[in-house]
Amino acid sequence: MRTLPVLLEKEFRLFFRSPFLPKVVVLFPLMIMLVIPWVTTLDVRHIDVAVVDGDHSRTARRIIHKIEASEYFSLRGVEADYAAALRRLEAGEVDAILEIPYRFERNLTARSSEPVHIAANGVNAIKGSLGGQYLAAVVRESIAERIRELGGEDSAEGLVVVQNRYNPTLDYRFYMIPALMIMLLVMICGFLPALNLVGEKESGTIEQINVSPVGRWSFALAKLIPFWVIGLIVLGLVMIVARLLYGLAPEGSIAAIFLAAALFIFTMSGLGLGIANRSANMQQTMFVMFFFVMLFILLSGLVTPVESMPRWAQGLTRILPPRYFVDAMRALYLKGASIADLWVNYAALALFALAVNGWAALSYRKQL
Amino acid sequence: MVGDVAIRVEGLVKRYGAVTALDGVGFEVRRGELFGLIGPDGAGKTTLFRLLATLLTPDAGRAEVDGCDIVREARAIRSRVGYMPGRFSLYADLSVEENLAFFAALFGVSVRDNYGLIEPIYRQLEPFRTRRAGKLSGGMKQKLALCCALIHRPSVLLLDEPTTGVDPVSRSEFWEMLARLRSEGISILVATPYMDEAQRCDRVALCDRGRLLAVETPDGVVASFDGVLYALSGREMFGLLAAARAEAGVEACYPFGAVHHLRVAREFDPERFRRRLLAEGFHEVGIRRVEPGIEDVFIKRMEHE
Repeated sequence: MRTLPVLLEKEFRLFFRSPFLPKVVVLFPLMIMLVIPWVTTLDVRHIDVAVVDGDHSRTARRIIHKIEASEYFSLRGVEADYAAALRRLEAGEVDAILEIPYRFERNLTARSSEPVHIAANGVNAIKGSLGGQYLAAVVRESIAERIRELGGEDSAEGLVVVQNRYNPTLDYRFYMIPALMIMLLVMICGFLPALNLVGEKESGTIEQINVSPVGRWSFALAKLIPFWVIGLIVLGLVMIVARLLYGLAPEGSIAAIFLAAALFIFTMSGLGLGIANRSANMQQTMFVMFFFVMLFILLSGLVTPVESMPRWAQGLTRILPPRYFVDAMRALYLKGASIADLWVNYAALALFALAVNGWAALSYRKQL
Repeated sequence: MVGDVAIRVEGLVKRYGAVTALDGVGFEVRRGELFGLIGPDGAGKTTLFRLLATLLTPDAGRAEVDGCDIVREARAIRSRVGYMPGRFSLYADLSVEENLAFFAALFGVSVRDNYGLIEPIYRQLEPFRTRRAGKLSGGMKQKLALCCALIHRPSVLLLDEPTTGVDPVSRSEFWEMLARLRSEGISILVATPYMDEAQRCDRVALCDRGRLLAVETPDGVVASFDGVLYALSGREMFGLLAAARAEAGVEACYPFGAVHHLRVAREFDPERFRRRLLAEGFHEVGIRRVEPGIEDVFIKRMEHE
């Protein structure tokens, strides 16, 4: 432990002397935060719709009107028959067709009407399925209104009011920004320590360290601590950007966020170090790291919700540290949860941090 | 048990998969001795150094450095040994003085403590104190590496090909420094592929393909050469090599600098050979008796293996 300050001083000196690293840890997060929230949106807008109106009733006009008025849809024309509309769908001019059958309104009150037919282009699965659902919602709404006007009883759908809690406008950005923060921590705190260590292997400098009396824990800590500090600074930086640029301030306490982030950073940097200890060169390190990062990003609920995964995959996410962090970050940021609410996540992250760092320190061998 | 032995190696074996890098090597380096390991690339020199520096563990055999076993007492060895790997392995982005201060601090000493030991070497580096180590010339890098390996005043110095890739003047200076360090009582094991450097050692070990061929003083090595040696020169060097190899009394012929060395049988008549070569159309043929060097011994020993 006596040598730890010496090693740390060297690490920081080399970090700031590098022509590349200090810039990367500032510019890379800024780039990500400035650009990615605008482009990774799952909100589908401007769905091109063709309507086949076989009814020409007030209900039909109301539906068409609603489609025209909505910013989710662009009405590309009202066709005389389905075949004409289908040709436009095939040509790619429209994403969805809404067909209102003959005598739709008249049969409405009798509740025996032929159903409204929606055909959506499924090539772009997200646009197709969301477009279809949006259209169905518009039709349901119009029908309910019409039935009320006609003095009929309120249909059940009219009573269903969906309100999105915690992210009232369902702004996808608010969902993505905490996820981006996590990705940044994965990249910076996972890759940098790994590359740093394997760089010492490639340049041969580690041989000089290995023949010195430096202890395993001092060595491991000297490699980890700089990236803990850098990770927390980067997190602070992106939180400020999120607040200033996107108006997203954490609902929960900042201390709780930093505690969760610190535990996660310990885990990631320990993982990077352990992998570098066991690899001989950059390629090996990078490849194995990418493997883990892919798993972490795709299996942790970062982009797709864990709940929609198959059961076995949900089980798998439980052994991945980011799952607990993703969960905690969203709850802290959007729901204003407290450490007490999330104690399971904190405990899991702390366990991962201990286990991974223990493994990393033990996998450091002075002998080749 | 320490006594006057700095390094004791007994039956050391190291394998990398199917390759045997060291095949039962044994020798001793006395305290205060400058001991040379001479051998071509792939002889196992680097493996031996890594074993002695505790970077590797042997598959069989044992070794002691400064009285400490390289496996059981690896920790103790690390603070008593100065190791300079064959490849430059200081921090290229740290300056000369930062590297030195860093390695001193790692061993828990300050540069000032042992400055006297490195002063003659470091004086030459002084003008480049603030230059980054990666930007030094090859010779300067080696001097800095030697300073860093010495800064904790080790009792044993392990130098793996310290002069490879260094210009002749710097090489010569480097060996002068080693002689001075020996006079300070530091035992030195140094590897080199240059036969001329062997002459500067107290004793040398000739090694090839993981085995030691001989352990001797440089003069003893040369004296052990029991053949007759001639140097052959001429205008058509390549043709001469083939002609000499075809000659009956010639045991071996190999290029040696600007001439060919011929190891010959007792009954060999150089003058008759020269006249015949001239008659065969070779020009400016010269042949003269020469004293063997370590390299000649080495080549002969390698043939007998």
